[in-house]
Amino acid sequence: MRIGIGLPTTTPGVSGGLLLEWARQADAGPFSSVAVLDRLVYDSVDPFVALGAAAAVTSRVRLATMISIGPLRSPAVLAKQASSVHLVAGGRLTLGLGIGARLDDYTAAGADHRNRGARLSEQLAHLRALPGDTMELLVGGNSGAALARMARYADGYAHGGGPPRAFASAAARARAAWHDLGRPGEPALWGQAYFALGDPAAGTAYLRDYYAFTGPFAETVAAANLTSAGAIRDLVRGYRAEGCDELVLLPTVADPAEVARLAEVLG
Amino acid sequence: MRVEILGAGPAGLYLAILLRKADAAGLHTVTVTERNPPDATFGWGVVFSEETLGALRDADYPTYLEITDTFARWDAIDIRYRGELLRSRGHGFAAIARKRLLAILQDRCRILGVQLYFDNEVTDLEHFGVDADLVVAADGVRSVLREHHGFRPAIVPQGGKYAWFGTDLVLDSFTFLFRETEHGLFQVHSYPFDEHTSTFIVECQEPVWRAAGLDSMSEDESIAFCERLFADDLRGHRLMSNRSVWQNFLRVENGSWRRGNVVLVGDAAHTAHFSIGSGTKLAMEDAIALANSLTQHRDDVPAALVDYEARRQPVVARFQRAADDSAEYFRRVGHHTGMAPLQFVFNLLTRSGRIGHAELTVRDPAFTTEVDNWFGAGRLAPPPAFAPFRLGDLSLPNRIARTGAPNGAGLVYGEFTAVCADGRISPATPVISQAALPSEAGAKFALRLGHAGARGSTRPPAEGVDIALADGWPLVAASARRYGPGMAVPAELDAAGLDRVRDAFARAASVAADAGVDLLELDLAHGYLLAGFLSPLTNHRTDEFGGDLPARLRFPLAVVDAVRAVWPAERPLSVCLTVADWHRGGLTVDDGVRIAGTLAEHGVGLVRVSAGQTVAECQPEYRRAFLTAQADRVRSEVGVAVVVGGYLTTVDEANTIIGAGRADLCELV
Repeated sequence: MRIGIGLPTTTPGVSGGLLLEWARQADAGPFSSVAVLDRLVYDSVDPFVALGAAAAVTSRVRLATMISIGPLRSPAVLAKQASSVHLVAGGRLTLGLGIGARLDDYTAAGADHRNRGARLSEQLAHLRALPGDTMELLVGGNSGAALARMARYADGYAHGGGPPRAFASAAARARAAWHDLGRPGEPALWGQAYFALGDPAAGTAYLRDYYAFTGPFAETVAAANLTSAGAIRDLVRGYRAEGCDELVLLPTVADPAEVARLAEVLG
Repeated sequence: MRVEILGAGPAGLYLAILLRKADAAGLHTVTVTERNPPDATFGWGVVFSEETLGALRDADYPTYLEITDTFARWDAIDIRYRGELLRSRGHGFAAIARKRLLAILQDRCRILGVQLYFDNEVTDLEHFGVDADLVVAADGVRSVLREHHGFRPAIVPQGGKYAWFGTDLVLDSFTFLFRETEHGLFQVHSYPFDEHTSTFIVECQEPVWRAAGLDSMSEDESIAFCERLFADDLRGHRLMSNRSVWQNFLRVENGSWRRGNVVLVGDAAHTAHFSIGSGTKLAMEDAIALANSLTQHRDDVPAALVDYEARRQPVVARFQRAADDSAEYFRRVGHHTGMAPLQFVFNLLTRSGRIGHAELTVRDPAFTTEVDNWFGAGRLAPPPAFAPFRLGDLSLPNRIARTGAPNGAGLVYGEFTAVCADGRISPATPVISQAALPSEAGAKFALRLGHAGARGSTRPPAEGVDIALADGWPLVAASARRYGPGMAVPAELDAAGLDRVRDAFARAASVAADAGVDLLELDLAHGYLLAGFLSPLTNHRTDEFGGDLPARLRFPLAVVDAVRAVWPAERPLSVCLTVADWHRGGLTVDDGVRIAGTLAEHGVGLVRVSAGQTVAECQPEYRRAFLTAQADRVRSEVGVAVVVGGYLTTVDEANTIIGAGRADLCELV
């Protein structure tokens, strides 16, 4: 199992220099990818701009969206942004797409929320039909429709986070969809989890705020924040055992020292 | 810390015990308020598994000792069916009178200083627990505290009508009784719970209940009815009522079990159908988990409630799923009454998916051996998946099917082969004239024959599915409806086109027959051309091939008839059939069963069950074994042989499905 690290594009107190420094360190470290989230109506950096910048200061790591909310953009705009990052990065983009969870992002983007699933399918079909298509595509989401979309168009599944047991159950469903649609082989399986090693209280407070729109679920996410070396190692072991191909550990504190702290924990 | 608990059932009382116990310094005030008197009795005995007993032992030894002192214990499940009694052993269970359990818990509460208020109906919910640090809704299925705090439970009736009786017949096992009547099937779930008494739950489907006149009977009349119905089993013993009215089981599910400092436990949080006997077990395990979370988080209530919910919800969800499957089994068990007794019992024991062939072999090796020998019609017979299968001239060494390499499978499916060039899925799809038609050593070869219809002219599946070719070929389909984004709109087949497609199928079948193909499968699934006629979502024709189901079936049947006419009579003809569209307004499993029945009348001997993909944007129900329930329905209601896939990965799943008669062949990934 490969391990990636998130770029702190949605955490408070981010500067351009910090993001670049973070990406450089990740490229030097044991990480296989740097990944970003996507949220329009929240103090955050655009995922494609962030990955484009990261592309310029890295040469090794893959650059991933975990995930980007596809239908906020038109199929052509999304394809342009993604393929531009892919080009700038020398073919290192892994584009994870989903429909997201927030109505306000759609409202702010002026995008239709009602048919978001079908619109994501259109985008995926459009991306797949691009000439010289080499971009790795992932799709996230829990519904049967999302899994079918994943198996139909993508190369793998981006799980939304949770304990290893939840990942295992989603992975089985993803594989079931993959075989049902007649895809050869197996889907790539990506997982994700939040961590904070330096200032756990700040990290957890950020998660409460970021997920406030989910109501009681915000506390569940905050409680799952990995705040010790032991907790991170347990989760890594659990995900590895369940067949995860790439686990992305997302920061909740925008301190570049977190990269080294995490690298040390992972040994 | 101050804890206010509403409801003195097993969950509320046990939580109170555990909280006081964990409180060595005596700092917690724990109050339980109950609207009924302390000796009110509802229901009879409650059942626990050995596993639950271990958890109770670890949580509070004194109550464990008292509970187990008055337990009835047994390890057998008896099934009385069609005049036979069958027994399976190795299922460790125990039960206790609900009244006795509550008395033990109440006594322990008093010893530990829990404040108990009985006969105390709380009408002012606004002020209930206002000063408390933690407020617990343990007030059951129809929890008023839950409603007051704005939880939004999904509450739906599940299963048939049931009445919870007691009897002075003392059983020595968990006993299921099945009794057929002129009105339909009745079943009993019964088990002993002390040295004098057993629980005796009578269940039937609502139409049966009405037909039997139970809807208009008094309580005494309905007891007399049930005593007469099960007179042979009761052997002169009587049924006893304790407000044993006929009711519907209510399935309760809550998205979240916590709100501020209010938390749900037991039936207020969730219920699981009584046929897996887990209600009290889950309630008491909730109490243990909540007490542990509070200990771990040093009485930081919000953190503890998050932890409790995160630990318990996945466990409870698994039980609810198993309970759903079990309830569904009992809803449909009337379709299984033609089964041989051993298979009927194996099917019953494996109904909820928690026990399969392998687990049953661990619990009761003699019973599984008996099932294997019955299934394989011999001694030392292998497990069901390795029993030979015969259908017409087709003879398979085992009941495992695979696509691609055989890997030991008795039947190997070739790749989708098009009947004509415009029926290809992608340029890589073989057309019948160029198809490799081998009869691989060991395995029999099934040819999948089809026409891709609206899903044609796409890239090979390694690059994704339904990705249109830039320079493809024109498509034809039942109606001019685009399958997915970027794909071409197919032309509606005209009369000449229909003849051409039908003839192409027949010609391809002749080629396959001459090439020695063992089994021919026509693809009436996946949203391909023939499936496109079946579904109202994709067939908008106004001629005789569109309209109601018989009309939509007309063209696929014409193809089946044309193929059957040229395909050797002794070789079986199979279809891969979409039995449900998984889309609003589309085919349901009821439709799928009707279609399968009609196809069987037209000479189709084997149905490979499929679902979804009729239209791209549907809501599939992916999980392990996601097609088994549908396969079971087709097999038991149509009586045709069935192949099922649906992401089966282990031989144990195949042994279970085939042994239980849910399918004849299993397709392993």
